[in-house]
Amino acid sequence: MIKLQLKPRTEPNQRMQVYAPLIAIALTLLSGLLLFQLLGENPFIAYKAFFFDPISDINGISELLLKASPLCLIALGLTICYRANIWNIGAEGQMYIGGIFATGIAIHYTETLGHWTLIVMILASALGGAIWASITALCRAQLNTNEILVSLMLTYVADLTIKFLVYGPWKDPMGNNFPITISFADEALFTPLAFLGWSFWDGTRVNTSIFITLFFIPLVWIYNEKLFAGFKNLVVGIAPGAAKYVGFNEKKIIWIVLVFSGLIAGIAGATEVAGPIGQLNDKWTPGYGFTAIIVATLGRLKVSGVVLASLLMALLYLGGESVQVTMQLPKSVSQVFQGFLLLYLLACDVLINYEIVILKKIGAKYVN
Amino acid sequence: MLIESLTPLLVSAIGAAIPLLFAALGELIAEKAGVLNLGLEGTMLMGALSSFLAVAEGSSLFLALLIGVAVSVLFTLLFAFVTISLQANQVATGLSLTILGVGLSAVIGKTYVGFSAAKSFAPAPIPILKDIPLLGPSLFSLDYVAYFCLFSVIAIAWFLTKSKAGLALRSVGESPSVARSLGLPVTKIRYLAVLFGGGFAGLAGVYYALAQFKVWQDGLTSGNGWIALALVVFGTWRPFKVALGALLFGSVTVLGLYFQLVDIKVSAFVLASFPYVTTILVLVYLSMDKETIRRHAPAWLGKPFFDDR
Repeated sequence: MIKLQLKPRTEPNQRMQVYAPLIAIALTLLSGLLLFQLLGENPFIAYKAFFFDPISDINGISELLLKASPLCLIALGLTICYRANIWNIGAEGQMYIGGIFATGIAIHYTETLGHWTLIVMILASALGGAIWASITALCRAQLNTNEILVSLMLTYVADLTIKFLVYGPWKDPMGNNFPITISFADEALFTPLAFLGWSFWDGTRVNTSIFITLFFIPLVWIYNEKLFAGFKNLVVGIAPGAAKYVGFNEKKIIWIVLVFSGLIAGIAGATEVAGPIGQLNDKWTPGYGFTAIIVATLGRLKVSGVVLASLLMALLYLGGESVQVTMQLPKSVSQVFQGFLLLYLLACDVLINYEIVILKKIGAKYVN
Repeated sequence: MLIESLTPLLVSAIGAAIPLLFAALGELIAEKAGVLNLGLEGTMLMGALSSFLAVAEGSSLFLALLIGVAVSVLFTLLFAFVTISLQANQVATGLSLTILGVGLSAVIGKTYVGFSAAKSFAPAPIPILKDIPLLGPSLFSLDYVAYFCLFSVIAIAWFLTKSKAGLALRSVGESPSVARSLGLPVTKIRYLAVLFGGGFAGLAGVYYALAQFKVWQDGLTSGNGWIALALVVFGTWRPFKVALGALLFGSVTVLGLYFQLVDIKVSAFVLASFPYVTTILVLVYLSMDKETIRRHAPAWLGKPFFDDR
């Protein structure tokens, strides 16, 4: 008889920091294999359709960036929140409100604003996301209410707000009664990179909104790693007692991290409605706000990790779409992969802080 | 006249409250042992789907219920193992369980979307009691699963406050290290509590699939797993208050019906947002009373405990 036991390590194992995510990815692929087998598909053909076909040409790369960009953007904001141990799981809703604010500008003020429309839309979406997140901040910081539940409930409310608008006042009168707004004018859309004389991207959809993500990547890195404010977040998150003792203002930090992550999620909403979608409808997002939680966790709340994780998650989305088209499998397959990946990653993290000891049974006792 | 118009409202309010109550009672037990399981929504969907598939394949209602519960318990075992044995963050692991459950149930249930349940739980009115005005049709004309739910409120309240095992459970949630030094099997108690919670979440799912909606849809539970989580806080970790909360939320859900009765015109989307908005308002209201929360919330809630034996 043998028994496995955990023994705490004196310090986190550096090698395991790298190996743990790799093991988690391997386990996810293995589970996916079983899932495809269960669904009666040849797993190897399915894997090729899932992971290779979507990015086999330039159009695929463009689609990958188009999906990775909002994921990365939202997850960057979430790293700031989660470092302070504030569990904002309502980024999806903050993104919705950002999308709503941007749409409001696009359908009502494009003529007045002309070339300024897109800029104003981005600012409005940031404001919208920040306002939505500040409700959670108010509840958490001022009223001591659980931020997980509040931010999530607000996501449902935001979703219903979109439905209310696109089925009601914002419905396109010429849209055959579909729940969609009018299509945005060119001034209210991000320009595809192909139109900027970049022949490399000809025929693809990737657009200038990607520069917003590229702008925030170094910004968040500096905030998290170099600024004292970022350090304070970490202290509040890891050792709230110590933070209180040295006099860090916890309430202020809660407000900052929530409002910032809401603001950035709001902008992601604008990059979607003014990007590939070009209007507001009732099913415009494949759950970027929730997936970004996985991106932030998978990326270990580090900017470099988040960038890589967002590309991986974008690939999972594309894979889901690809097997839907080529093999008629439901798109939710990508959600299953996401769930497995996050679960295994959390499980494998045990290897970083603990050592597994094998105990053998000799007599009545287990010994090393 | 008043009673006549109130009766259908109370009937649907109690119907909507039953699955919420199941899920919340299960979560209450897990939380009393110090484990916060945010995977309710995913677990409920797995329970709902497996029982739905079971009746579609011709199993009896009772067997389908057992299958739904068993699948949910096994599904929750993933969460229990990762958080209790492997010390992972409970919030993130619970989220992963929800994502996985929502995804798996959508993938597996794909071909059944829009199908009606082959069988469903029928009301079993209790003789004599069923003739009481208002309460008769609403409280004493339920199905067996719902009666079991009401019975478990009493049973769990008794278990927590009057039984020795309940005391052990609560002590683990308050201070696992003290419980450990008293010789209690902390890890085992945590596992059992979490799996019990998973089983009850499964019952909630079964109730949605085979008693309330009787039809399969993607995301059948529409966020009610999260409302159940809020109900535990709402009831400040006390079964009877949780039951009261479930009834209140059930009523909010059927408010639309009431508005139709009295001819108030409100957008369906505004109505649909009531349960969520109510949850937030109630949570905020309760959080102001820090003393009650402090007295009833398990002190060790959400924190891992490393059992070195």
